[in-house]
Amino acid sequence: MSEQLALRSARVVVTRHWWVIRGANPWTPLVEGLFEPFLYLMSIGVGIGTLIGHEGRVIAGGYSYASFVAPALLATSAMNTAANQTIWGTWYRLQFEKFYDSLVTTPLTTTDIGVGEAWAATARGGLAGICFLGVIAALGMVHSLWAVAAIPAVVLIAFSFASAGLAVATIMRELHHNQYVQLVMLPMFLFSATFYPLSVYPTVVRDVVAVLPLYQSTVLARGLTLGRVGSDQVIAVAYLAVMGSGALWFACRRLGGLLAL
Amino acid sequence: MDDGLFCSCVILRLYCLISRDICNRAVLVANLAPVTALVEARGLVKVYAPKDRKSEPFTAVDGIDFTLHRGEVFGFLGPNGAGKSSTMRMLSCVSPVTGGTISILGMDAATDGRAIRSRLGVVAQDDALDNELTVRENLLIYGLYFGLSKAVASERASELLQFAQLEERAADRVSALSGGMRRRLSIARSLLNRPDVLLLDEPTTGLDPQARHILWDKLYQLKQQGVTLVLTTHYMDEAEQLCDRLVVMHKGKIVAEGSPRQLIEAYASREVLELRFAVTAEAAPADKIREADLCHRLEVLPGRLVCSTDDGERTLAGAHRLGIRPDSAIVRRSSLEDVFLSLTGRSLVD
Repeated sequence: MSEQLALRSARVVVTRHWWVIRGANPWTPLVEGLFEPFLYLMSIGVGIGTLIGHEGRVIAGGYSYASFVAPALLATSAMNTAANQTIWGTWYRLQFEKFYDSLVTTPLTTTDIGVGEAWAATARGGLAGICFLGVIAALGMVHSLWAVAAIPAVVLIAFSFASAGLAVATIMRELHHNQYVQLVMLPMFLFSATFYPLSVYPTVVRDVVAVLPLYQSTVLARGLTLGRVGSDQVIAVAYLAVMGSGALWFACRRLGGLLAL
Repeated sequence: MDDGLFCSCVILRLYCLISRDICNRAVLVANLAPVTALVEARGLVKVYAPKDRKSEPFTAVDGIDFTLHRGEVFGFLGPNGAGKSSTMRMLSCVSPVTGGTISILGMDAATDGRAIRSRLGVVAQDDALDNELTVRENLLIYGLYFGLSKAVASERASELLQFAQLEERAADRVSALSGGMRRRLSIARSLLNRPDVLLLDEPTTGLDPQARHILWDKLYQLKQQGVTLVLTTHYMDEAEQLCDRLVVMHKGKIVAEGSPRQLIEAYASREVLELRFAVTAEAAPADKIREADLCHRLEVLPGRLVCSTDDGERTLAGAHRLGIRPDSAIVRRSSLEDVFLSLTGRSLVD
């Protein structure tokens, strides 16, 4: 009963975000989520892929090099869209607009608010990922029916990064702290086996990269679009689920401390 | 009707001679049923944890008691930092109490927060409207936060747009509204769940006189509809206009309690004589007035003497006889402001 009530309450927060998008231009967020990964796919996946030719095919296990890069960009698209929603959107409403002060006086609890924010960001990140999945499928970069499972997979990726972003939003105090966020996000994008396999690194670096959430997301997405599913993908699912729920739990606790002072 | 109740009705009826408006309702309530407390706070304490290792915990509210009854307008008066907003936040079940208890609508604020909040309306100091939505959407979504169906929320939103005189602005973004409109929308929004109690934290702070008067009319309208209002303010005219009963807070404690009239009678003289001098003038006239014992209380301010007295004109004549020649003199009735200043002092509090 109380869980039902909590979910219903959290859903209203999602409705609120939907109204905001509806009131502006519903297509804008999708274009945002598609545009950047598409450019990377064209320049590196197709461009560099043509340059390296046969080597690229070896990396991709017989498929085009672009097919190897595409699922990594799929994971990145879901990650960026979801995390930006919470790191910037929620943070701005929390720190500057004092928006949630008017929500905590309604029957909503701070946990409802946290869950609702994560939910809305997951929806946007997931949607961006699903659209990008459609784009790479249309370009012939998907090589297995397992790719159907990539739909819930990108939603899971979006969820874990939406929650992590929410946790960051409850910690970040000043605007200039965005440098630290960039300092994590950009290297993670560049080095999480996005453009080449983990085997190029020395062992020590491999272990470090292997625990990065974007690496795990990439392993999951790549396994599904290339049709190579094994224990690595199961581990990735468990990793992302634990990270997402842990971060969400932490974020809700922090929200309680910040809003119900 | 039992004897006790009968007696209290008689007393209330007598009290009516002093203040008609409050008592008509009080008698009505007393006739219907024994007056039950809507909100009861006992030994309420709020201590904020230190922000960092260097600072100390801060006691914002330091053990206060109060009781609110259905249909009354109750005010918290006090300078900035007196603990009014902290008290309001505890009343709205947002901020957990550090000590003491609050019972609201028969429920415990510590455990039934969600259920209590569903029956309260809250107007925050800084409106906290949803700037990304339109005026109408602000009302609709608030209804959904309270678990209303879209149809009900929509119907009430239309009613409240009319109440807040915002029908023409319904489709506008909130960011395009003036301060007065934002506040009216904020009040309209707080009424969506048809609250039993409406809490308003400094409802007219920062508004121009026109907007203030419109807002007072709206609040008066609600009062007449029988909504219980709780407000904080540091505007005395507001408290005098709206409040049936009020408490004066200072440094986290309640220092006085009563109706505006009662407080003026208890803590201020009937009239006040203000004498103005050039700021550079010496304080000599003050000593003369004190020696001649012309007033109950004399305050010496830069360029100004404030005498509390029963008859301002007579005190002024007395001052003239002493050879005091002020630049100007004003005789006025004592106001709540005098009560407030005498209880909380004239220096800046924070």
